[in-house]
Amino acid sequence: MARVKLDNYAYADVPRLGLRGWLRWIWRQVTSMRVALILLLLLALAAIPGSVLPQWPQDASDTAAFLAENPTWGPLLDRLGFLDVFGSAWFTAIYLLLFASLIGCILPRIAVYWRELRAEVPAAPTRLDRYAPVTEDSPLNPADAVAAVRTEIAGRGPAPWRWLTGHRVRVDERTTRDGVAQIAVSAHRGHVRELGNLIFHVSLVGILLAVAAGSLLTYRGQALIVEGDSFTNAVVAYDTYEAGSLFSEDDLDPWILTLDELDAQFDETGRPTMFTAYATLTEPGQEPRAVEAQVNRPIQVEGAKIYLQGNGYAPSFTVTDSSGNVAFQGAVPFIPQDDVYTSTGVIKVPDVTEGEQLGFSGTLLPSALGEGADAISVFPSPENPVIYLQMYTGDLGLDSGIPQNVYTLDESQLSPVRDEDGELAVIELVPGETAALPDGLGTITWDSLDRFAGFDLRRDPSLPWLLAFAITTLLGLGLSLFAPRRRVWLTAVAADAGAGPVTVVTAAVWSPPHDAGAALTRERALAAATGRPRPSSTSPEDDE
Amino acid sequence: MNAQELSWLALWGATALYAIAMVASSMHLARVADAKVARKRERELVAAGAVPADPTAGVSMNGQPATASAGLVVRSKARGIARATTLMGAVLQGVGVVARGIEAGHVPWSTMYEYTITGTWVAVVVLLIVQTRRDVAYLAPGVTGFATIGLGLAMTVLYAQSTGLQPALQSFWLVIHVSIAIISTGIFTVGATATVLQLMRDYRDSGTAWLQRFRWLEATPSPARLEALAFRLHAVGFVLWTFTVMAGAVWAEHAWGRYWGWDPKEVWSFVIWVIYAAYLHARTTQGWAGRRSAVVALIGFVALIMNFTVVNLVFQGLHTYSGT
Repeated sequence: MARVKLDNYAYADVPRLGLRGWLRWIWRQVTSMRVALILLLLLALAAIPGSVLPQWPQDASDTAAFLAENPTWGPLLDRLGFLDVFGSAWFTAIYLLLFASLIGCILPRIAVYWRELRAEVPAAPTRLDRYAPVTEDSPLNPADAVAAVRTEIAGRGPAPWRWLTGHRVRVDERTTRDGVAQIAVSAHRGHVRELGNLIFHVSLVGILLAVAAGSLLTYRGQALIVEGDSFTNAVVAYDTYEAGSLFSEDDLDPWILTLDELDAQFDETGRPTMFTAYATLTEPGQEPRAVEAQVNRPIQVEGAKIYLQGNGYAPSFTVTDSSGNVAFQGAVPFIPQDDVYTSTGVIKVPDVTEGEQLGFSGTLLPSALGEGADAISVFPSPENPVIYLQMYTGDLGLDSGIPQNVYTLDESQLSPVRDEDGELAVIELVPGETAALPDGLGTITWDSLDRFAGFDLRRDPSLPWLLAFAITTLLGLGLSLFAPRRRVWLTAVAADAGAGPVTVVTAAVWSPPHDAGAALTRERALAAATGRPRPSSTSPEDDE
Repeated sequence: MNAQELSWLALWGATALYAIAMVASSMHLARVADAKVARKRERELVAAGAVPADPTAGVSMNGQPATASAGLVVRSKARGIARATTLMGAVLQGVGVVARGIEAGHVPWSTMYEYTITGTWVAVVVLLIVQTRRDVAYLAPGVTGFATIGLGLAMTVLYAQSTGLQPALQSFWLVIHVSIAIISTGIFTVGATATVLQLMRDYRDSGTAWLQRFRWLEATPSPARLEALAFRLHAVGFVLWTFTVMAGAVWAEHAWGRYWGWDPKEVWSFVIWVIYAAYLHARTTQGWAGRRSAVVALIGFVALIMNFTVVNLVFQGLHTYSGT
């Protein structure tokens, strides 16, 4: 027992909450609307740093640069999760709590809803005065009037449609306190709104589950393919590859994609207008077929999609060594650095007959203007392609066993080649041209200029589920916001015998303040009860 | 005259007409306020017992006690001018928007300039539609003022020559995703206007000193009715925004190979969605309904404007082509 102060003088002994009591209290707090509301606002607030600060998953190089620039704050922010907001513990905690709150709220509501659907709607209130009732005389007798009202507001058409569009109706024959016999109609409409509400929230849980399942079952990889080259779908062939923990590499289908041509088109100002990758896809056990990828049109393969995400130039070179043997031959992707496709790339020549290994780092200008170091590219198409190469000799470091970036040279054991004046030797090449390497190290020939396509491959089996839940979310939301919640009541009392009206009908309606159409329902009920024609279905003019 | 010149002239014409409409509708609002104050006095006299009141007059169609303004329609010359200039402005702006689309050869909402001229147009059209169903003179100055400023900024600051669509935008999802985003922005704008009025009227009624100077607030309906109108607009806006986010995810899946990547634009679209969801919950939460939920809705609108301005112009992301 704990002593609780009731007021200044009185104390009371109340039972302690105990563990179970506290848990119940916490659960009640978590599932309360107020806490859900605060969690929602927190979620919005917590997401904002994710757009302000650089994020590891979105842009790792930017984030690394941010850390380098902010040696004091950077690491602190990083440790607190601000550089990976959407994977951070606090963001996860907020949305998991929110979903716990949602589930805790929605489960009891489903139970209540189920019971309400199976029970009759509550009877009409004995006094309708609070709801601004309207009274009219009807030539019909009470039973007929009520029957007419029932058909009018219970809806028309097949049963499911009636259920969706009509009221749930209950009719009581009763005697009022004043001893008058009356037939009371009570009609509720709101079950569709609540159904929409429940569908919406359940679908949100569905989306969360689909996203979670997707992250376990997905794989994603990137591959660069030069025109004329083929790509076989296997982990080793990818430049980068990541997969969810439930996806096995053995599940990769060994299809082969051959890039026949990459078509890049630009308008006269150099803005891209169209990228199309023409490729041939060979799936196991099937004939090769021609496929096309554009930026908004991925290639569909069994269980996966291939997206065209990038493109650039891949010049082909032949390098002969000092002995005259061909030491390297092939296309090398040059990665575009700007809008006019000024591209950089490296050529690694490890297999020389004798002497040190050779390395080249080059800059490709598709439409060069100017000479030497001042040259710039002015257009993305290859109008006047020129490559400037800087040559290195030494050890490329390929045998160290550490995986290397194929787009950069590890210069730690390389030395740049210099000319007689001690300046860095720069080799300038145009397509088809052969240049002699300094110091009699051999020759290099630029054979041709091809393009490469950067492909993103992704498989996510959760996508159909995600789409389905998204659609039900939208549907549920629409119902929960636009399906009306109305209660209509009507009483029919037999009038005094003799001439004049047979029945006195009184109708009233209740609805939330934003529902301007409720009065129309009352008018419809009254019209049916008095045998008048239905009022037009246009929304009544607001009296504001 | 080519399409570009036509678009340019029509949009400037619309801007000027909206400016006139804003002034005229403000004047009209002042008249309505005067009339309502006069009528309130009259009613107080009635209530004091001078004249027997009609027992049915105090109840509105919804069965709630009517506000003092029920059934009062003030027809001033300013009202006619405001309505005519708004309508003509909307027609001219429609011409300007369509001409821009013809000139550019694609739907006119691929840059900030195009988004602004189309978005403000939708806001005015929403006002015109609501106006045919009920007298919303009190919304007119806010919406036409917003349209004047938005169009003016678009013509002077944001203007960008039309260009072809870059490959990432060549998709019919540009038509779906962005058009629904614009429509929902327009509806949220009108909703936010109603919410601002609701708060001002509410605080004025409860005696906030600096609001007593704004006598034109008497021309607005009661805070409860403004809240009801704002809710209906926000509800439509929220459903459309939900669709916008979902269509965006579908498009992102097509174009970028992932449906959601927390790009700054995606982050802010999410933030906006969550805030408006909070608003809808706040409306039905004890202690939050009314003023607090209205504030949440306005925070949502601020986030919406942030998403369009700061996120486009400052943050780096995949949606950067929407800049000028």
